[in-house]
Amino acid sequence: MTVIIVIVVVVVLLIAIGAAMYNGLVRLNQQSNEAWSDITVQLKRRADLIPNLVNTVKGYASHEKSVFEDVTAARANTLSAQTPGEAGKAEGDFQKTLKSLFAVAEAYPDLKASQNFQELQAELTDTEDKIQASRRFYNGVVRDFNTKRKTFPTNIFAGMLGFKQDKEFFEVDEAEAAAVAQPVDVKF
Amino acid sequence: MYSDIAANKRKTVIIMLVFLVFVTLVIWIFDKYLGGSTGVFYGGLIGACVYAVVTYYAGSKMALAVNQAQEIQKRDNPRLWRIVENLSITDGLPMPKVYIMNDPAPNAFATGRDPKHAAVCATTGVLDMMNDEELQGVLAHELSHIKNYDIRVSMIAFALTAVISLIADIIIRLTWFGGGDREENNQVFMILGIVAAILAPIVATLIQLAVSRQREYLADASGALTTRYPEALASALEKIKQTGSVARHQNTATAHLFFVNPLKAHSLAGLFSTHPPIDDRIARLRSMGTHA
Repeated sequence: MTVIIVIVVVVVLLIAIGAAMYNGLVRLNQQSNEAWSDITVQLKRRADLIPNLVNTVKGYASHEKSVFEDVTAARANTLSAQTPGEAGKAEGDFQKTLKSLFAVAEAYPDLKASQNFQELQAELTDTEDKIQASRRFYNGVVRDFNTKRKTFPTNIFAGMLGFKQDKEFFEVDEAEAAAVAQPVDVKF
Repeated sequence: MYSDIAANKRKTVIIMLVFLVFVTLVIWIFDKYLGGSTGVFYGGLIGACVYAVVTYYAGSKMALAVNQAQEIQKRDNPRLWRIVENLSITDGLPMPKVYIMNDPAPNAFATGRDPKHAAVCATTGVLDMMNDEELQGVLAHELSHIKNYDIRVSMIAFALTAVISLIADIIIRLTWFGGGDREENNQVFMILGIVAAILAPIVATLIQLAVSRQREYLADASGALTTRYPEALASALEKIKQTGSVARHQNTATAHLFFVNPLKAHSLAGLFSTHPPIDDRIARLRSMGTHA
């Protein structure tokens, strides 16, 4: 009789532990999906600021057509990227076109002084901070998920429970990584 | 940073366990001491628990009101608002309400029993004195208090202290006014009871303050992890060390919530302080760059 009770208790304990492992992995998986979506939310917010910015600059420098077209095209690419890898590359291109746009603005003192332009610049800077913040959070959640998936005892069962792969961290592509690893050139 | 956070969490758990054992021991001694007249005892215990629960729910509003904090929106101070908003995104927390307190002393506090009902408050002094990175470090520390449920931990510690103080108070009154029959074999417990009644509240307060200091170190480490830049927080602390942080409006009840101690210094500061010494905090932050 006691043997049966012991067996039942052990089985119940094993099920409880297994459930806890599975639920933990599911929770972290969902959190990382949400964190990824949040990055997209911030990117969208930046994308929404861009048309306003382009129009303000156009008001003062209407003949710099190629710059405006480049920015608009790069913006579209960032919105349509699917994987973290693609997103990283689209991001790099977008940053380059934005730099050109602001370089144009440097040549027009009236534009630089306009209230509208300055507010848009402040909003854009803030949006970049938000994008960085959401990426940092995403990486934190991915780290927690990957760690849990690989540490004992969950690593034994993770594959069986359907979590066969680590998630990727948000990373920039090689070209941009090489570019940002260089010290910044500040010329006045 | 990660190892600092883990170490701090372990220490808090150990301190709380010691606290619980201590409380149980005290209650057991008093129970023996009282022999039969436990009605008043349990009545008082329930009263203390109700008090603790009420403070838990109303605590944040009281803390903000007592410090005359004003709630702000984005347009009132975009700089502060953006910093708090971006830090909440990094921490994965809902954005807390933002308040400003009119006081030249540089300081900040956070309150709220969980992240959904949280608020941060900064003094006008800290907004003027710190550059953006330092302000970010200070607010990251405050948001860490919210993220780590420190308010809840200190509520529990406070409740345990209140319970012990109440019991001690009852014991002393009962002794003074001589109530109930006491049998011979309670003599030992009579002595123990009196000693405990005097010492217990002091020990409980010391434990509560030890918990508070540990959580301050934890918030420093968590804040540094959020910003990945402990030097900014160290630099903010240096500035505060230079100018001092004594607030215009002194309030002991909310002192433990602040970034640095807003109260005027007393001797015996060490054990009775809600915050660790500033030099210690700066040293720990600066060493975070050298280990994981």
